[in-house]
Amino acid sequence: MGLDFSILAGYEGVLVQGAIWTVGLTVASIVLSLVIGTLMAVFRLSGMRIVRWPVSFVIWLFMGTPLLLQLYLIYFGLVQIGLDLNAFTAGVIALSLHFAVYDADIIRAGIVAVDKGQYEAARSLGLSHAQAMRKSIVPQALYNVAPALGNMMIALLKESSLVSVIGVMELTLSAQRAISDTFRPFEFYLAAAVIYYVLNLVLEQAVKAVERRSAKYR
Amino acid sequence: MSNDPIIRIKDLHKSFGPVEVLKGIDMDVAPGQIVALIGPSGSGKSTLLRTINQLEDVTSGEIFFDGALVNRDLPHRQREKHLNRLRQDIGMVFQHFNLFPHLTAIENVTMAPVLLGRQTKTQALAEARALLEKVGLSDRADYYPSRLSGGQKQRVAIARALAMNPKAMLFDEVTSALDPELVGEVNKVMKQLAQEHMTMIIVTHELRFASDVADHVVFMADGVVVEEGPPDALFRAPQHERTKAFLQQVFEG
Ligand SMILES: Nc1ncnc2c1ncn2[C@@H]1O[C@H](COP(=O)(O)OP(=O)(O)OP(=O)(O)O)[C@@H](O)[C@H]1O
Ligand SMILES: [Mg+2]
Repeated sequence: MGLDFSILAGYEGVLVQGAIWTVGLTVASIVLSLVIGTLMAVFRLSGMRIVRWPVSFVIWLFMGTPLLLQLYLIYFGLVQIGLDLNAFTAGVIALSLHFAVYDADIIRAGIVAVDKGQYEAARSLGLSHAQAMRKSIVPQALYNVAPALGNMMIALLKESSLVSVIGVMELTLSAQRAISDTFRPFEFYLAAAVIYYVLNLVLEQAVKAVERRSAKYR
Repeated sequence: MSNDPIIRIKDLHKSFGPVEVLKGIDMDVAPGQIVALIGPSGSGKSTLLRTINQLEDVTSGEIFFDGALVNRDLPHRQREKHLNRLRQDIGMVFQHFNLFPHLTAIENVTMAPVLLGRQTKTQALAEARALLEKVGLSDRADYYPSRLSGGQKQRVAIARALAMNPKAMLFDEVTSALDPELVGEVNKVMKQLAQEHMTMIIVTHELRFASDVADHVVFMADGVVVEEGPPDALFRAPQHERTKAFLQQVFEG
């Protein structure tokens, strides 16, 4: 049995639908992981005692264990304590937290690298600590580490395929469904690979656009 | 205008760890007065300036600004609030400009007044344009700092501080990072402020500028005020050996 890509016809809808869920998972998780990662970086640097313990726990859990286990824990485990999340939400939470802890490390390094004079200038104008961080330090830090964060985002897009194990009909699972219909794994996995590749290219362009923006002020 | 000092420093001590760098400073600055702070490197000039707006906290002593005790002993949160309020009235200009590089010149100027609710965005923009014109940079409003010369950056930094409409301005060697040919344009702006009777403390190594613009000169060495007085007296007839030696060295070097 040779390759026959005409088999894909009739399944475009399934694949496109899967791609849309993958984009949804990825975009939601990227946004959330950046927000959480930034907050974690800022709080850890400010040495706020109230948050130190919970943050350390989250970092330990999400850096030290596999994403697959985290997905199972959040989707199947939390039900036991009464948190019944739908699969998509559970997937977004797992991906966000998993990448937030890595983002936090990157952003923390970015913040530390911003010249101390920036903070002093902001405070000398009467800005509070939070305002100085928000308006001066964090934006500069994020621009500085945009390339490294971009790599994390591309990794996140790819890792989002793991969410298929809890039944989110994203691209990988959609391809699998089509395969169990047709018994043509090669064509459908290849088709999914091409779609992942295209999505990656789009994401790369988005990261480049941010980098260009920051190049304006360098 | 009242004659009470707007800045009053009493028996100020400051240590970094075991090293005492300010060893009992007393200083009064009257409203509208222009004080030049001079002295050898490491004498504590920057530290003294930075204690006034509490970028540096103090070990002991008192600082009053506009009648209020700056270094009040308060719980952390209240202290932050008190300082945020106070710093709005004290402009500071730094040796290395410290402009926000991700904001244009005019955004640098409008940021604080808008964020702190001093002005609406529209008011702040109008005010910022006027300030940029005042420092001679109307045509650079939309430039990012990286596209400005050192002298231009420092003039934007002065405009940024003035945008909060401060009651006093602190200058810490604001021309020493500049190429010599750019010093004049910044000094000119400071002179203009002096003519408008802005209260200023100017830390500087440029004694000629100090004698031009200041009406009071304070000479510091090793964390103490050695000698102070009007520029003519201090520069022409210094009383202390330490002052004489310093002036001689600077004028020869
Ligand atoms: N954050 C700090 N930690 C430890 N020591 C410090 C700190 N800041 C300043 N010092 C020390 O305090 C002393 C006074 O420094 P300061 O910067 O106030 O001097 P200055 O008169 O401004 O000198 P310059 O003319 O070189 O700017 C110096 O010995 C310096 O090394
Ligand atoms: Mg200094």
